[in-house]
Amino acid sequence: MSATYAQSTDKIDVRYVAHLARLNLTEEEVVLFQSQLDQILAHVKELTALDVEGVEPTAHAWPVQNVFRADEPRACVDREKVLKNAPLERNGQFVVPKIIE
Amino acid sequence: MSPSNYRATVGLEVHVQLKTRTKMFCGCPTEFGELPNTNVCPVCLGYPGAMPVMNAEAIRLCVRTGLMIGCRINPYSKFDRKNYFYPDMPKNFQISQYDQPLCLGGEVEIEVDGRKKIIHVTRIHQEEDVGKNMHFESSSGIDFNRAGTPLMELVTEPEIESADEAFAFLLALKQILVYGNISDCNLEEGNLRCDVNCSVRPEGQKELGVKTELKNMNTFKGVHRALSYEIKRQIDVVSKGGTIRQETRRWDDAAGVTLAMRSKEYAHDYRYFPEPDLMPVVLPTAQIEEWRQQLPELPAARRARLIRDLGLPEYDAEVLVADKAVADYFEETARLCGNAKAASNWIMTEMLRALTEKGLAIGAVKIQPVALAGLIKLVEAKTINMPSAKEVFNILFEQGGDPESIVKAKGMVQVSDSGALETFADQAIAANEKVVADYKAGKKVALQFLVGQVMKLSKGKANPQVVMQILEKKLQ
Amino acid sequence: MSDLHSLSLHQASSLLAGRQCSSEELVQALLKRIAAVDASVQAYVSLDAESALAQAREADRRRASGGSVDPLLGLPIAVKDVLNVDGQPCTCASRILEGYISPYDATCVARLRSRGAILLGRVNMDEFAMGSSTENSAFKVTRNPWKLDHVPGGSSGGSAAAVAADEALAALGTDTGGSIRQPAAFCGCVGLKPTYGRISRYGLTAFASSLDQVGPLTKTVQDASLLLRAMSGHDPMDSSSVDVPVPDYSLALRPDLKGMKLGLPKEYFVEGMDPQVESAVRAAVEQCRALGAEIVEVSLPHTRYAIAAYYVIATAEASANLARFDGVRYGKRVEGEDPIDMYGKTRAAGFGREVKRRIILGTYVLSSGYYDAYYLRAQKVRTLIRNDFLKAFETCDALLTPVAPTAAYRIGEKKDDPLQMYLGDIFTVTANLAGICGLSAPCGFTGGGLPIGLQILGPGFKEENILRVGHAYEQATEWRLKKPELKG
Repeated sequence: MSATYAQSTDKIDVRYVAHLARLNLTEEEVVLFQSQLDQILAHVKELTALDVEGVEPTAHAWPVQNVFRADEPRACVDREKVLKNAPLERNGQFVVPKIIE
Repeated sequence: MSPSNYRATVGLEVHVQLKTRTKMFCGCPTEFGELPNTNVCPVCLGYPGAMPVMNAEAIRLCVRTGLMIGCRINPYSKFDRKNYFYPDMPKNFQISQYDQPLCLGGEVEIEVDGRKKIIHVTRIHQEEDVGKNMHFESSSGIDFNRAGTPLMELVTEPEIESADEAFAFLLALKQILVYGNISDCNLEEGNLRCDVNCSVRPEGQKELGVKTELKNMNTFKGVHRALSYEIKRQIDVVSKGGTIRQETRRWDDAAGVTLAMRSKEYAHDYRYFPEPDLMPVVLPTAQIEEWRQQLPELPAARRARLIRDLGLPEYDAEVLVADKAVADYFEETARLCGNAKAASNWIMTEMLRALTEKGLAIGAVKIQPVALAGLIKLVEAKTINMPSAKEVFNILFEQGGDPESIVKAKGMVQVSDSGALETFADQAIAANEKVVADYKAGKKVALQFLVGQVMKLSKGKANPQVVMQILEKKLQ
Repeated sequence: MSDLHSLSLHQASSLLAGRQCSSEELVQALLKRIAAVDASVQAYVSLDAESALAQAREADRRRASGGSVDPLLGLPIAVKDVLNVDGQPCTCASRILEGYISPYDATCVARLRSRGAILLGRVNMDEFAMGSSTENSAFKVTRNPWKLDHVPGGSSGGSAAAVAADEALAALGTDTGGSIRQPAAFCGCVGLKPTYGRISRYGLTAFASSLDQVGPLTKTVQDASLLLRAMSGHDPMDSSSVDVPVPDYSLALRPDLKGMKLGLPKEYFVEGMDPQVESAVRAAVEQCRALGAEIVEVSLPHTRYAIAAYYVIATAEASANLARFDGVRYGKRVEGEDPIDMYGKTRAAGFGREVKRRIILGTYVLSSGYYDAYYLRAQKVRTLIRNDFLKAFETCDALLTPVAPTAAYRIGEKKDDPLQMYLGDIFTVTANLAGICGLSAPCGFTGGGLPIGLQILGPGFKEENILRVGHAYEQATEWRLKKPELKG
């Protein structure tokens, strides 16, 4: 068993992972998800019972390769439609809270 | 320990915007300077349900770069999602390449203070650009026109040891990219951007020091200044017993300092995984070979050829090849006039001077290679003399046109007819008795004065060689 | 004609062709039916009554002007609210897409439109297709038309309920781990999950990109084959769409199964299955044998790992796919002090619990130090599951299994136990992991009067196999003739 797996037997740090996913959780949700995800992960860990040595991972259901498009322009979408969908717009730009770099 | 006893270790991550008509994964144009959020579609705005499709030309240009700098082209390459949230990133993941980039290895030769050095390239991968942030007083605005533009990222090994070397690397790389017609390399438009990893360590210490990452340098000069500053800063800290923090620092060009970024982001956890919406790239060998056949001549090879085949001095070849457009102009002129050295002289002196004066690129000048070649031929045939030729050049540079008509219109055809010149010579001798006496007394330079007088009498059209011969004969 | 709403696509198509009714009448009949029963079924999220009537009148004009017409011309179809329709909302049953108006048609929608089909409205689903009961919709709980206090299944529960309740002649659904087949089974209609890559996913709001597939929910297998053909084929906008010819599936529909070899995977007949479901499926197997098929037992030994592999891969992909919902470019937004604060608040308010749970799980399995143990391992297990099927299809033309271990359950019964809910997907997730095609067809009822489904799994791009089995079985039985009793 690899070193990374040893780590994965740790409990999920719901608060940290939720921050990575930019999800603010309530205290109640943290507690609820902690117990539910622990259960689900206990089931998921059954995967480790399988010997997958030498097995290639499948990322795509069918082995298709080299799918390209020609470098030819296509019509853009109507700017007004795009800006109309914006929750907040100014001078044709999407407005967000001030970005601090 | 004194500052000179430290060594800097620098690696570059260069982002290059490729010269394609459309974006990396959609058909929106890559044009610069449109109204904000004009060149956008569901794909590059990260709309629900939109899917990316690879731009074949971007893949070709990335592989072409790899072939030009001697990379191994990866037989199996794939795209991955790099996950992080940022307002200028439409999907909040960037489609990039993690463990199977298109190109591996490669090298770029640089020269600093006459010393040549190879900088090894780790990899080149293909990815997409993000949008642009603009700042209002209390908020920020995002324009996604640039989002999804094809971006090639080239990563060097940490083999660069000074700001000068970093600068030389960027110039050499830019030259290659322009030669390969891979990128416009327009720095103002952000075609070429560079992040820098930098650390210092005491001389003799094997393991590298803690590195910082520098961002926000918009010019090569900026990279040079930022790196000079940062190396000095790190040496200052370390030599006073302090420690360097691993962090990202932002270059403030106006203040001339690097500052730790205030971002409250946790340590990055990009959660890379294979992009399920894109299929792997498995380029057939025949395709790669075809592209290899189409490679342009690299600057170093061109320099060698100009020296070997056209007999140019090393210095001339170096200067001409530095800018591909100048070298192209030179070769065309040399081919048309059949006199490479003359073409080189004209371009290296008159042309480059005029370009610098006017702040022009050679592609924008009115004087065509065929005109310059014609001018060179007129001088060779002694139809006009050098001062007239320079005057014609200036007219061609300002207005274009062909040299013969200008020479004719200005009546510049030089006078070599000895009858007319002998009359002028006699006049000059008669009017300058003292000078004639000096000459006869052995003061050879006096003859130059008499030649000048004859030129004046001929209104500049006399052939100075012929005048010299006539005067010598008359004063024997 | 008062019962136009209860027609199949084929029946309606021949009435239209014979000028026995107009498309406008058809749409009006459906609107009337919806007005009568949708208050109890709750299938529709939004109805495009006026636009549907306008499309119908246009279809009638086209038909009147003569010439050859497409069999789909003038036929109204409901669309799962996860597919983009130009000029319409696409809510994915989520608050986070509040206010979003799509500027484009999904390719499958565009293909139906170009053949003259009418887009009637958008139907309910589990939020972002995450769920098996349609209880995870942010807007409403869709009811099972056979028993209104039971779930219709999910995530395409609105599609299945609308078809079963005669509120649509047919509907589009999407299937990531059984989301077409399971609600079809729960509601007693036909549901087809085509091979991955058969129908373009462009315009389908992604849940798990390597598993998602669009497909039809219909009243008959013949109708499913009609819609499949109309939507199939290579799309340059979807890199995963596979460029293989689209056959005329109707040619495969025959009354018998002579010469076909059908496999029974022993891992799909296990303890814990509702005995009524098992006996209905076994009876269906016997019916297939009687129709001329040879029945053999096969083994898919990695089936027991499918749920674990599925929930790792699906949630990982979803965690990235759903990152774009951030309040910047479209949809809901809750203001914050800085972008990070805004994201956290917007996503907290915009996503429901199941979606949050899956985003957290998916983020976790990809995070530093866990990728190899979870995600990479799940992808390898996916290979093993795929190989199981490839091997079985070396000898079999199709496989017969139950769709789900039980029939529909009571609303609220499993809502608080996500793991139990996930385990219910055991017979359907395998087809998505392997990328193969699957069909769900009605094969009986429980004692309580709830429908039971038979799943027919076929090799990749061999939809003709499963349509043939489904059609022959359907024609030999009378399950399709039974209708739920709804007031209205």
